[in-house]
Amino acid sequence: MIGGLFIYNHKGEVLISRVYRDDIGRNAVDAFRVNVIHARQQVRSPVTNIARTSFFHVKRSNIWLAAVTKQNVNAAMVFEFLYKMCDVMTAYFGKISEENIKNNFVLIYELLDEILDFGYPQNSETGALKTFITQTGIKSQSKEEQSQITSQVTGQIGWRREGIKYRRNELFLDVLESVNLLMSPQGQVLSAHVSGRVVMKSYLSGMPECKFGMNDKIVIDKQGKGGATDEAGKSGGGGGKQSIAIDDCTFHQCVRLSKFDAERSISFIPPDGECELMRYRTTKDIILPFRVIPLVREVGRTKLEVKVVIKSNFKPSLLAQKIEVRIPTPLNTSGVQVICMKGKAKYKASENAIVWKIKRMAGMKESQISAEIELLPTNDKKKWARPPISMNFEVPFAPSGLKVRYLKVFEPKLNYSDHDVIKWVRYIGRSGIYETRC
Amino acid sequence: SRAGFTGPENLSRVNLVLVKHYSQTLYTLYIRSVYHNLSKEAEIKRINKELANIRSKFKGDKALDGYSKKKYVCKLLFIFLLGHDIDFGHMEAVNLLSSNKYTEKQIGYLFISVLVNSNSELIRLINNAIKNDLSSRNPTFMCLALHCIANVGSREMAEAFAGEIPRILVAGDTMDSVKQSAALCLLRLYKASPDLVLMGEWTSRVVHLLNDQHMGVVTAAISLITCLSSKNPDEFKTCVSLAVSRLSRIVSSASTDLQDYTYYFVPAPWLSCKLLRLLQCYPPPEDGAVKGRLVECLETILNKAQEPPKSKKVQHSNAKNAILFEAISLIIHYDSEPNLLVRACNQLGQFLQHRETNLRYLALESMCTLASSEFSHEAVKTHIETVINALKTERDVSVRQRAADLLYAMCDRSNAKQIVAEMLSYLETADYSIREEMVLKVAILAEKYAVDYSWYVDTILNLIRIAGDYVSEEVWYRVIQIVINRDDVQGYAAKTVFEALQAPACHENMVKVGGYILGEFGNLIAGDPRSSPLVQFNLLHSKFHLCSVPTRALLLSAYIKFINLFPETKATIQEVLRSDSQIRNSDVELQQRAVEYLKLSSIASTDVLATVLEEMPPFPERESSILAKLKKKKGPGAVSVELEDGKERGELNGGADRGGEAAIAASNSTPSPSSDLLGLRSAAPVGGPAPSAGSLLVDVFSEAGSAPPSAASEDPAPPLFVCKNNGVLFENQLLQIGIKSEYRQNLGRMYLFYGNKTSVQFVSFTTTVSCPGELQSHILKCIPSLTHTKPVEPLVEGGAQVQQVINIECLTDFVDAPLLNIKFRYGGALQNITLKLPVTINKFFQPTEMAAADFFQRWKQLSQPQQEAQKIFKASHGMDTEVLKAKLLGLGTALLENVDPNPENYVCAGVIQTKIQQVGCLLRLEPNAQAQVAPPPPPTHTHTHTHLCAHALDSHTASVCPSLCGSHCITHCTHLHVITRYCIYVKDPHRVGSSKSH
Repeated sequence: MIGGLFIYNHKGEVLISRVYRDDIGRNAVDAFRVNVIHARQQVRSPVTNIARTSFFHVKRSNIWLAAVTKQNVNAAMVFEFLYKMCDVMTAYFGKISEENIKNNFVLIYELLDEILDFGYPQNSETGALKTFITQTGIKSQSKEEQSQITSQVTGQIGWRREGIKYRRNELFLDVLESVNLLMSPQGQVLSAHVSGRVVMKSYLSGMPECKFGMNDKIVIDKQGKGGATDEAGKSGGGGGKQSIAIDDCTFHQCVRLSKFDAERSISFIPPDGECELMRYRTTKDIILPFRVIPLVREVGRTKLEVKVVIKSNFKPSLLAQKIEVRIPTPLNTSGVQVICMKGKAKYKASENAIVWKIKRMAGMKESQISAEIELLPTNDKKKWARPPISMNFEVPFAPSGLKVRYLKVFEPKLNYSDHDVIKWVRYIGRSGIYETRC
Repeated sequence: SRAGFTGPENLSRVNLVLVKHYSQTLYTLYIRSVYHNLSKEAEIKRINKELANIRSKFKGDKALDGYSKKKYVCKLLFIFLLGHDIDFGHMEAVNLLSSNKYTEKQIGYLFISVLVNSNSELIRLINNAIKNDLSSRNPTFMCLALHCIANVGSREMAEAFAGEIPRILVAGDTMDSVKQSAALCLLRLYKASPDLVLMGEWTSRVVHLLNDQHMGVVTAAISLITCLSSKNPDEFKTCVSLAVSRLSRIVSSASTDLQDYTYYFVPAPWLSCKLLRLLQCYPPPEDGAVKGRLVECLETILNKAQEPPKSKKVQHSNAKNAILFEAISLIIHYDSEPNLLVRACNQLGQFLQHRETNLRYLALESMCTLASSEFSHEAVKTHIETVINALKTERDVSVRQRAADLLYAMCDRSNAKQIVAEMLSYLETADYSIREEMVLKVAILAEKYAVDYSWYVDTILNLIRIAGDYVSEEVWYRVIQIVINRDDVQGYAAKTVFEALQAPACHENMVKVGGYILGEFGNLIAGDPRSSPLVQFNLLHSKFHLCSVPTRALLLSAYIKFINLFPETKATIQEVLRSDSQIRNSDVELQQRAVEYLKLSSIASTDVLATVLEEMPPFPERESSILAKLKKKKGPGAVSVELEDGKERGELNGGADRGGEAAIAASNSTPSPSSDLLGLRSAAPVGGPAPSAGSLLVDVFSEAGSAPPSAASEDPAPPLFVCKNNGVLFENQLLQIGIKSEYRQNLGRMYLFYGNKTSVQFVSFTTTVSCPGELQSHILKCIPSLTHTKPVEPLVEGGAQVQQVINIECLTDFVDAPLLNIKFRYGGALQNITLKLPVTINKFFQPTEMAAADFFQRWKQLSQPQQEAQKIFKASHGMDTEVLKAKLLGLGTALLENVDPNPENYVCAGVIQTKIQQVGCLLRLEPNAQAQVAPPPPPTHTHTHTHLCAHALDSHTASVCPSLCGSHCITHCTHLHVITRYCIYVKDPHRVGSSKSH
C-alpha cells in the first residue's frame, strides 16, 4: 500500500507532498531528493530502496512523481497508479509542468484524496472523477445529482453515467504505435518490437454496447479458414498481411474480459470521452519504415569520415514526417563539416552528435549525408565506443500491420443504430528507440 | 585536537585554500552559467558545448596566446572539479609552466597537481619545468614548484627532487617563505617515500633551523624534525637543547615581543605546541642545565595558566590551554618530576569543573595517565569526589566514559570500596555502549582490591543483578572460582545467592551462579528452615522454565548434586527428572542429562553417589581472566588502558617487576602456562565428575585433562615430536599452530599452519626463525640453516589458517633447536610467542640395515670412551614391545631384528646425514624387566643423541636424569666434528657402568 506521494520539480523541490500512512516520515522527502534526484549517475532505477523505504518514481517532462512505501507492495500496481495519476492530471489541466502543478495544487490535493484512500487506489476514471471534482468554482449539487453520482461510482459501470445525450453520435479511433529496433551495421535485425495503443474518443448517447474487431490472427483463423477477407489488400503500409500475431495485450476496465477469454471478442460499454481501449505488443513481421546504412572510417588519429544513407521502406504514396537522424561524434571532436542532400544537418556540441533533420519523405526513397570529423589527440588511449545511430520519425500507418476491421455500436434503448454513428480511424506509427550500430 | 587548535600542519590544507581561492576566480572568470544552470542534464549539455569549444580552440591552427591558454586550462580545471572527466589540455598546462607570468604559471601548476597522474608521459617535461623554477631564484616561482611537488608527492617526484630540496632548505640565501615551503614539501615526500629522503649530511643543518630568525621557518622545520626524529631519534638528538632554548625564549617573552606571531595575547602558540611535542619524542635531557631550563619553562607555563586571562575571547583560552595540555603531556611523558606532576594534577583538577566540556574531557583523559604515575597517584586521588560527580552528572557520554576510566585508574586498596560502589550505582543508568566495559572494570576492581571476600561476592552479585546482560561469562566463572577456593565465603555466598534468587525476576547469569553455588554449598544454609533443601530446590526450579538450554543443563547438574547433598529431596527431584519435559526434551543435551542423572540417582548407592558428586576441588590460583577480556574489548584507541599496557610492557623489558601489575603484563608476552590468557584454562577438576558443572564449565575445564602440547618444558624440542613429524605444536586461546614435516638425507621441509581461533583479525602477523643464543657465532655451521623461509601474510583473518614453509638443511650436528618467534596484534595488544621448532638431530637419520656379524664387528670397533654414550633409566610405565619398537623406528633408525643374541634387546643402526659429514650410529636398548629399577639402557653413539633418545623413550617409559643434556653434550659435539663416519657405542651398561660420567 502506498504510504505517501510526492511531486518534485527538477531541482528536487517538493511541489506536492501527501502522506497517507504514519510509517512515512518527513525525512522520506529528503531521502528521495538526495539519493535519486541529485544522484550522480545518469540512469536511475525506477524503484529505489533507501533505508527500508521503497520509492517508485516516474518522470513527466521535468517533474518527478514518487510513491513511497515501507511495505512490500505490488510494484506494478504502484506504477499503474502513477501512470493513471498522470493521465488524470493531464485530463484536468493539460501538460504536467511545474507551472501547471503550482496553479492547480488545490485540485491535485483534492484528486489525491479521492483516488487514493489510506494508500489504496480508488476509482481513477477521469470521466467519473470529473462529475464531482470540478474546476469551475463551488457548485452545490442537487439531491438527485448526488444520488446519481453515488449510484454511478458505487455501481457496476462506474466509468459511465446514465442519461448522456448527443445530437451527433460520433466516435474516433486512433491506433498509435511505436516501433523499436536495434540493427547491426550489416543490416541484421538484432531486436525489434512494436508497442501500440488503441485510443478511443466517443461521443455516444445512452449506454451503448460496442464491439471492436481487428485482424488478430487467432480471430481470423477461427473465421473461415483461408477464406479471402474483404480487408485483404487494403493495408496501408508495405505488406499485404491479413492478420497479425499479438504477443500480449491489456484492456481498459470497461472491456468484458470473460467474453474476450471465451470468444476473443472485445465488447464493452465505453466511458464518455477519451479512453485507452487497449495496449498491445507485437514482435513478428514488423514493417521497418526506415533502413539506416552507416559507413564510418577512421583516417589516422585525428580524422573520422562518416557517411550515412537512409532508405524509406513503405508505399510511395505515403509520407513520413519529422525525420531526425542522430549521429554520435567522439568525445574529442574539435570540428565537423557536414554535407547532406536533403534536409538540414548540424553538429550539436552540447549533445556530442550530428543531428540531421528532414521534414518530409515519401516511401521508397533514399537520402544521404556525409561528414568529416576532426579530432583532438587525447591522453587516454581508450578507443571510441561508437554508440549507435538513432532515428526519429512519424509514419501514417501501423508498423505492426494491425488493422481495425470493425467497431459496431448497439444501443437498444435509444433510436440510433450502428449506421448512424460517424466513425473515424487513424493510424500513426512513431519511432521508439530506433537504432543502428555503426 | 580536541581543543580545536592545530597549526596548518600540511600542505594539502594550504592547497585546499588555493583551490577555494581559485574556484572563486574561475567563477568570476567565466563559467558562471554552469554554476547557475538549472538541471543536471542542462549542465552536462553546457559543459559538452564548452569542451567542444575548448577543443576547437586548442586544435586551431593559430597559436594561442598565454592569456587564452590560461583561460581555457582554468576552465578545464573547473570542469574537472565539477566532476567531469578531462582527457586533454595537459600539454597546454605544461606549456603554461614555462610562462613568466605568475598567474599563468600558477594555473599550470594547479592543473598539474590536480590532474596529472604519476605515470603520465608528461612527467619528464613537468619535472624539467619544476627544476627550472627551483633554480630560478625567484621566490614565488620556487614556492609554486615546491607546492606542486608536495601536492603530487609521488615516488617519481621524490626520486627527482629528494636530493634538491634539502639543499634549498638549508642554503643561506634562500628566502624565508621558500624555506617554509621546502621544509613542508620535504616532510610530505618523507611521509610518502621515506626511503628516498636521506638526510645524512643535512641533518645538523636542518636541526639548526630551530635557531632561525623567522618564526615561520621554525614552525615549518619543526614539523619536519618531529617526523624525522620519531624515525631515527639518535641522529636528531641535538635538537633537544635547541628546542628547549627556543621554548624558553618564547615562554619568557612578553606577549608583544613576537608581534606577528602573537595570537590573542599568546606568543607563538603553534610553535610552542610543536616544540613540546618534539620534546615528547625524547627522554628527559641528561644535561643538568638544559633540564633546569626546561623545568623552568614548564613551571612558567603552569604559572601562566593561573594568571587571569588577558582576553575573554575563546581563541585566547584555546591557545593557552593547548600549550598547557601539551606541557602536561610532556610532564607525564618524563614522569620524573614529582613536583611538576603534582602541579599538573592540580591544574587539571581545576579544569574538571570548568564549564567547557572539551576541557573537562581533556582533563579527565590526562588525569588517567597521571594516575598511573607513582608520583601523582595520590594527587589524582584527591579529586575523587569531582570525578564521581562528573560520572553522575556529565551530559556528554564521552566525558562520562573518561570519568569512568579515570575512576578505574585511580582506584587502589584505600578507595576501592567507594569507587566500586559508585560505579555500581552509576551502572544502573549508564549508557548501553559502555556498560560491558564498566561491568568488567567493576569485576576487576572488586577482585583486585577485595580484602573481604563477602564484599566481593556481594559486589559481583549486585553487578549481575543490575547489569546481567552485560556480565560476560568470564565474570561469573571467576566468582565461582573464588567461592570454591575460599572456604570462608562459601556459606555467605550460598546465603546471598539464595536471597538474590528470591527476587521475582532475576537475570539468567544470576540463575547460573545460584544453581552452581547452591548445588555445591546448599548444605551450608540448609539448617535454616527458611532455606531448607526443598525450599532451595523449589526456588531454583521455579526459574528453570525461564532459562536457556545451557542454563537448564547447569540446573540439572545442580539437581543431581542436591540429591547427593540432601537425600530427602531425592524423590522430588527424580519426579522432576522423570517428567516428560525433561526426559523427552527435544534438546539432546538436556535429555541425556535427565536420563543419566535419573539412572545415576536410582542405581548408584549413596557412597558411589557421594564420590561421583563430590564437592568441586579448589581451582589452582590463576591470574584473573577478566583483565584479558577488558584489554581485548578496549582495543586500540583507548588511551588510558593502552598507556597502562605500554608502561607495563616497558617495565617487563627493563626487567623491573612491580608485583601484580607485571604479572598482568606477562599475559601479553609469552605463552608459558603461568600466564595463560584465560585463567580458567588449566583449572583441573581432578577426579571431579564431569556432569557436576554446566556444559559450559565442562567445556572449559575438560581441556585441562589432556594437557595440550603447548605446555612446553625446557626441552630442546617438545619430546612428542622427537619420534613424530606431524601434530599440534602449540595452542592457546587465540592461536593454534599445527606442524607437518618431512626429512630426506640432510634436508628437511617443515609446514607450519597458523590457525586463528578467534573471530577477529590478527594484524601485523610476523614470524621469524632464529637460532639460539649460544650458537649465534657459528650459526651457519652448527645448526640447520634455514635456506628458505617464506614470509606469511601480515593479516590473518578470524577463523582462517595460513601456511608457512620452512626449508631446513642440516650442516653439521647440533643440540639446540631453532626458535620460532611469532608476533601479532590481537585487538590492541601485541602478542609475542616464542617456540622451539621440533628439529632434532635424529630427524636426519637414515636407517641402515646390516647383518648380525657386521653389526657386532662395528660395535666392537667403536669402543673408545668418547665414542659412546649410555644411559640407564627407569620405566615408569610398562614396557610394551610394540610401543618400544614404534618409538625406535620413529627415531629414524633401522630396527635390526634377530641381531642381538638376547631377544629381549633391541638393536638399531642408522647414519645421520649432515652437509659436511655423515655420522654412523648404532643403538642398543636392553630392557631389564626383572630389576625394575634399571630397565632399558639405550646406548647411542653421538652424545648429542643420548638425550634425544632418552627423551624419545622417556615420553613413554621413563623419567630421565636431566643432567645428561646441556653443556656436557655440547662440549662433546666439538670433538665429533673432527671424525666423520664414525660411531661411538655404549656397550652393555653393566660392564661399562662408569661411562655415565659423560
